[in-house]
Amino acid sequence: MNWLTNYVRPKIRTLLGRKDVPDNLWHKCPACEQMIFHLELAKNLRVCPNCGHHMRLPAKERLASLMDEGFATIELPAVPADPLHFRDQKRYADRLKAARAETELDDAIIVAHGTIGGQRAVVAVFAFDFMGGSMGTAVGEALVAAAKLAVLQEAALIAITASGGARMQEGALSLMQMPRTTIAVQIVKEAGLPYIVVLTDPTTGGVTASFAMLGDIHVAEPGAMIGFAGARVIEQTVREKLPEGFQRAEYLNEHGMVDIVARRAELRDTLSRLIGLLTEPAARRAARPSAEVLALPGISEG
Amino acid sequence: MRHFLDFEKPIAEIEGKIEELRHLPESPDMNISEEVERLSEKVDKLIRSTYAKLTPWQKTQVARHPGRPHAADVVAGLITEFVPLAGDRAFADDRAIIAGLGRFEGSAVAVLGTEKGAETEDRVAHNFGMARPEGYRKARRVIELAGRFGLPVLTFVDTPGAYPGIDAEARGQAEAIARAIEACLAAPVPVVSTIIGEGGSGGAIALAAADHVLMFEHAIYSVISPEGCASILWRDAALAETAAEALKLTAEDLKKLGLIDTIVPEPLGGAHRDPTAAIAALGKAVSTALAPLSGEPGARLVARRREKFLAMGRAAPAA
Ligand SMILES: [Zn+2]
Repeated sequence: MNWLTNYVRPKIRTLLGRKDVPDNLWHKCPACEQMIFHLELAKNLRVCPNCGHHMRLPAKERLASLMDEGFATIELPAVPADPLHFRDQKRYADRLKAARAETELDDAIIVAHGTIGGQRAVVAVFAFDFMGGSMGTAVGEALVAAAKLAVLQEAALIAITASGGARMQEGALSLMQMPRTTIAVQIVKEAGLPYIVVLTDPTTGGVTASFAMLGDIHVAEPGAMIGFAGARVIEQTVREKLPEGFQRAEYLNEHGMVDIVARRAELRDTLSRLIGLLTEPAARRAARPSAEVLALPGISEG
Repeated sequence: MRHFLDFEKPIAEIEGKIEELRHLPESPDMNISEEVERLSEKVDKLIRSTYAKLTPWQKTQVARHPGRPHAADVVAGLITEFVPLAGDRAFADDRAIIAGLGRFEGSAVAVLGTEKGAETEDRVAHNFGMARPEGYRKARRVIELAGRFGLPVLTFVDTPGAYPGIDAEARGQAEAIARAIEACLAAPVPVVSTIIGEGGSGGAIALAAADHVLMFEHAIYSVISPEGCASILWRDAALAETAAEALKLTAEDLKKLGLIDTIVPEPLGGAHRDPTAAIAALGKAVSTALAPLSGEPGARLVARRREKFLAMGRAAPAA
């Protein structure tokens, strides 16, 4: 914002004769440093129009960008707050309070249901601005609720991740969200419903090492950082420079962990098409009279 | 050479004196055996009082004590007819995770353990108990094998965590861990896991999504190491002691939180003082845990295991 503050603002001020030009009218792309007008950035779903860099998209904007009109969010299941009475430099209880006030969210996840390009879906989207999208009991419980809702509505489950990993302030309880969210995935898969993961920047730690890597299909946004261990920890351990593009979406795609790297603008169509393709056989089976299904060619009685 | 932890120094001093006295020739001026007995009583009291009130940070050090029984020692002590199994059938064999078939109290079981290794050379071969994707994929393979043949799965966890390396990431460390957790949860056979030393984060839960989870009295189980937590939340790794307190990583804490089922008592002064006794106690505890699970139908085991994990954290912990 320095460039703007030092040069543009005084000029605009003199031109308009106003004192209160907001600071956030222009955004600098962290990749190419181009200044982008806020309306253009919003219209472009926070993707730089100059270089295509995908900036983080707040969870609410994500839902609006992806789901058809008329979607609804569910209330997150209540869980005991701060079970460890954890205190680092601040109390966890206070951190939670501050994050709630700042984001107007209950925790680092929103669960919504509706349609994506006409296809039924329950969407669990992480809010990275809520304590780094970290996964504690509330997030795990929300994913379990999302899975059950998907089964109830016979909808696909879509998990859109953006998370630094486990919520350390919940100690081993946050670790237990790895099996708990894995169970959520099992519930959806056993119901024969598609489970698709959209990996966005960043997805690391216990989130990656559980439900986020168990999708029927893995989609990732370009340039998204996706991995288990943090880059700094790896550098300290192996004491060598990390390869170019390490732990980025394209790297995971090359290494067989991600099916599709899709630009944000293509995401809605990609998901809608995937759900449509995966659920068509089920729909056809349901539409057919059962006798017809049983009368397979080549099988005769006696 | 015995390895003494910092807080064990006063114990080491007295034991040193006892050792010296024992090497002295009998002299008429002083009754050596009487003095040895007096000191032995003193050191016994000291060990008792020290180990009765270990702090979480001291427990962390005990859990990492090099003389503690490792997974391989536990297997040697509890499993007969052991047949080691190797490899993930895709890339390599990861010696950070040992696997095999054998008999526990006469009955066939599958065994998995994260193994830190004993001597320096051995520790490198086992990568200090930090597994790569191949290790977790081998674990998954063995769990699925056990499922097909109706063998209970016993796991013994002692790991600082999954290996944070370039190669591990390139081959899908996260996916390998996720699939191992999934395999534990889906196994139609009893799964009994014990945290025998360090239960380090994702690398531990990968082998511990079990019907029954036991923990040695002085083992630790945590989402992050105290050092890692201190450097992130306090921005100072030196505050590991503070972080260890906050993380609630002791067996007692985890039992209170409802995250583990059984605490296995250790011999006086920790498992490293008497590994044989520790392993025997563990064998009894595993046997007790396994008994009610044996013979249960697979579907019921899986359903109950799920319910158990889904219930975790839903109610406030008992004070
Ligand atoms: Zn740009």
